[in-house]
Amino acid sequence: MSTPSSHPSFWRRVPLAFGAFFSTLSDAAYAARVEKLSLPEAAPVAPAPAPAPVPVPAAAPVILKEATPDAALQLLALLQREARLIDFTQENLGSHADADIGAAARVVHEGCAKVMREYFTIEAVRQEAEGSRIVLQEGFDSAQVRLTGNVVGSAPFTGTLSHRGWRASSVRLPKLSGQHDAAILAPAEVEL
Amino acid sequence: MSDQANNTPRYAIGIDLGTTHSALSYVNLVESDGEKSSHGVLKVPQLSAPGSVEELSLLPSFVYLPHADEVAAGDLALPWVTEEAEAPFVVGEMARSRGATTPIRLVSSAKSWLCHPGVDRRAAILPNDAPAEVARISPITAATRYLTHLRQAWDNAHPQAPFAEQEITVTIPASFDPAARELTMEAAQAAGYTSLTLLEEPQAALYSWIQTSEGRWRKEVKPGDIILMVDVGGGTSDFSLIAVLERDGVLEPHRVAVGEHILLGGDNMDLALAHLVARKLAANGTALDAWQMRALTYGCRSAKESLLADSGLDVAPIVVPSRGSKLIGGSIRTELTRTEVSTFILDGFFPQVEASSRPAVRTRAGLTQLGLPYAQDAAITRHLAAFLGRQVAATSELEGFAGRQADGASFLHPTAVLFNGGVFKSDLLVQRIMATVNDWLYLEGAEPARMLAGADLDLAVARGAAYYSYVRRGHGVRIRGGTASSFYVAIESAMPAIPGMEPPIQALCVAPFGMEEGSELELPGQQFGLVVGEPVHFRFFASSTRRNDQIGDLLDFWGLDELQELSEIQATLSAEGRSAGDVVQVKLHARVTEAGTLELLAVSADGAERWKVEFDVRGTPQP
Repeated sequence: MSTPSSHPSFWRRVPLAFGAFFSTLSDAAYAARVEKLSLPEAAPVAPAPAPAPVPVPAAAPVILKEATPDAALQLLALLQREARLIDFTQENLGSHADADIGAAARVVHEGCAKVMREYFTIEAVRQEAEGSRIVLQEGFDSAQVRLTGNVVGSAPFTGTLSHRGWRASSVRLPKLSGQHDAAILAPAEVEL
Repeated sequence: MSDQANNTPRYAIGIDLGTTHSALSYVNLVESDGEKSSHGVLKVPQLSAPGSVEELSLLPSFVYLPHADEVAAGDLALPWVTEEAEAPFVVGEMARSRGATTPIRLVSSAKSWLCHPGVDRRAAILPNDAPAEVARISPITAATRYLTHLRQAWDNAHPQAPFAEQEITVTIPASFDPAARELTMEAAQAAGYTSLTLLEEPQAALYSWIQTSEGRWRKEVKPGDIILMVDVGGGTSDFSLIAVLERDGVLEPHRVAVGEHILLGGDNMDLALAHLVARKLAANGTALDAWQMRALTYGCRSAKESLLADSGLDVAPIVVPSRGSKLIGGSIRTELTRTEVSTFILDGFFPQVEASSRPAVRTRAGLTQLGLPYAQDAAITRHLAAFLGRQVAATSELEGFAGRQADGASFLHPTAVLFNGGVFKSDLLVQRIMATVNDWLYLEGAEPARMLAGADLDLAVARGAAYYSYVRRGHGVRIRGGTASSFYVAIESAMPAIPGMEPPIQALCVAPFGMEEGSELELPGQQFGLVVGEPVHFRFFASSTRRNDQIGDLLDFWGLDELQELSEIQATLSAEGRSAGDVVQVKLHARVTEAGTLELLAVSADGAERWKVEFDVRGTPQP
């Protein structure tokens, strides 16, 4: 929370008020920002050039989840084992003919598909065909549907489905034993 | 509730102990009623890589025996406490994938070894080609480990309904001989299975079909139908015939015949294709090593599946990945064409042969090899023709079937076909079998057979086994049949010896065809004098076609392929209460246990003492 001493004094507020009055009239972008001032306080939006530094009160810190590296490493190991994905991405494509890259891509594609199929259940968020017109009722889940383009007005929204979205409805990653070192994505192989 | 759970099983569990994969299915007895049953397939936790446990619906039937330096502490941990073994081992997916790169430590096809009469099945002989320092295990031990793993997986998932208190059925190939059945029993008991029944796989597949139809099967089959079961798995092919009778207005399936054990399956097809592609590559100057060859076999399998499934596809590409980390440039690209698959799979394994054709039998090389006795003729249709030809009279004695088949028939005419095994996911192969069988039927003026649809090709056996446990408790339809062979011991004829000629033998029937579970028969007349403490050996035969021989019948002559010789049987009278060397007069009894195994018993004349006659599983050299 801001302390009283950080608020401008009365004599400082007089020129501010006049400046704001004229800038609002002449500058649409400025006007838009003034308009937002009447909304409840929120985290700062797009950093536009600020003619007057408006001190923003610090929002309550959101606790960010730390992704556990084990599951990510495990997935990488699976993608390497089944699809040779690390081998593929560590190579320089420049020196290879497209036919060779294509042959390798088949291994990668088939393997990746296998990993997706075996360890996840992946389904489309929206069942409608892409390109069809759909209506979003009020209270739709904005995490599941992202609005793009001319985002104005209020729900219900009518728009064209440009991507169906994907949702992992179940994850079945293998369980790891306590001592397992997930950082070894693929052990070196030595043939005796 | 817990009291009730202790007394009556809550689940009927079916276990498909397969050559390449095993599975566990269950029926919830509490929630099931009549032909509507509540069932599922257990996801089996297993190691898929060191330190990583996955739940899969199939447990690959492989044991890997790792070197001490191959695994670190905790790498082989499972969700349950495993009993201490003298040497570490891995079962399931990781065993299979590890074994692909280190085959000398991989035990595979243990089931085929279990019924291989040429080897000692209790001896530690697997892996067959392991170097001396690998501690080998016996085929029984391998089977025990798969069964133990499944039991532990169940107990882990259902702590409130312990495995030992449930009703268990384990499936075996219909062609398993009495010794192999008993060894399977032995493995299950060693794995801690207490109440257990054996069921033939084709019957299990039919049960599964009946179960999935939820009663509609009564409309799809009718009295007088003869259902041919064609089961082609990863490593074996198995045929059975089931006749449908009507008794008191109720349909009653009777299993009337089973085929021989044929070591030929889907894996052979993949391997054949891989060799074909490898030859193509070699012609272009690319030689493959053993590792690449395995990758190619894997690639051929998926290429074959897509070519056989999609009739619009003409070419399926195959890429053999490089072994090193240079994937691009190091990988070999090749392809498999529709023509190649048709020629190789359809014409090689499913040729449209005549009903009179028989599998080619090549005389084996003089050296007795210790490998598995793989089928020498790859044509499954020829094996099928031989089976139907041999069983031409299978239904002639059956109630309601007399006169159904034309007199001049050269083979048994099936009226319906039910498929099982992943190979038949390909419609092309299903159509080929149907077309071939229907050609045979057409030439003998019989109606074409129809295909029974709706079979679950991968899990039918496990599901059907669980359903069977349910059926045994008095719900739903039950397949009858009893033993699918009659059994004989050899008696030397009393005739003067002729130099250079073995004394001819007579075959004494000791167990007739179709003995039902739980029945016991006494061999009339004949008594044997057994010497206490000295094992007595008998040559032992089975016939899958002589249905009318009664216990005690003595055969002087029989057709060339009517009787098959099995491993010897032997009786040893324990010296308890007697002095060694005494002669005791005994009678032979044949008994089919409730579990489904055949037992031969030597019973003392007063009936007070019984000794089990053992099947010799130590291996007799193959003729």
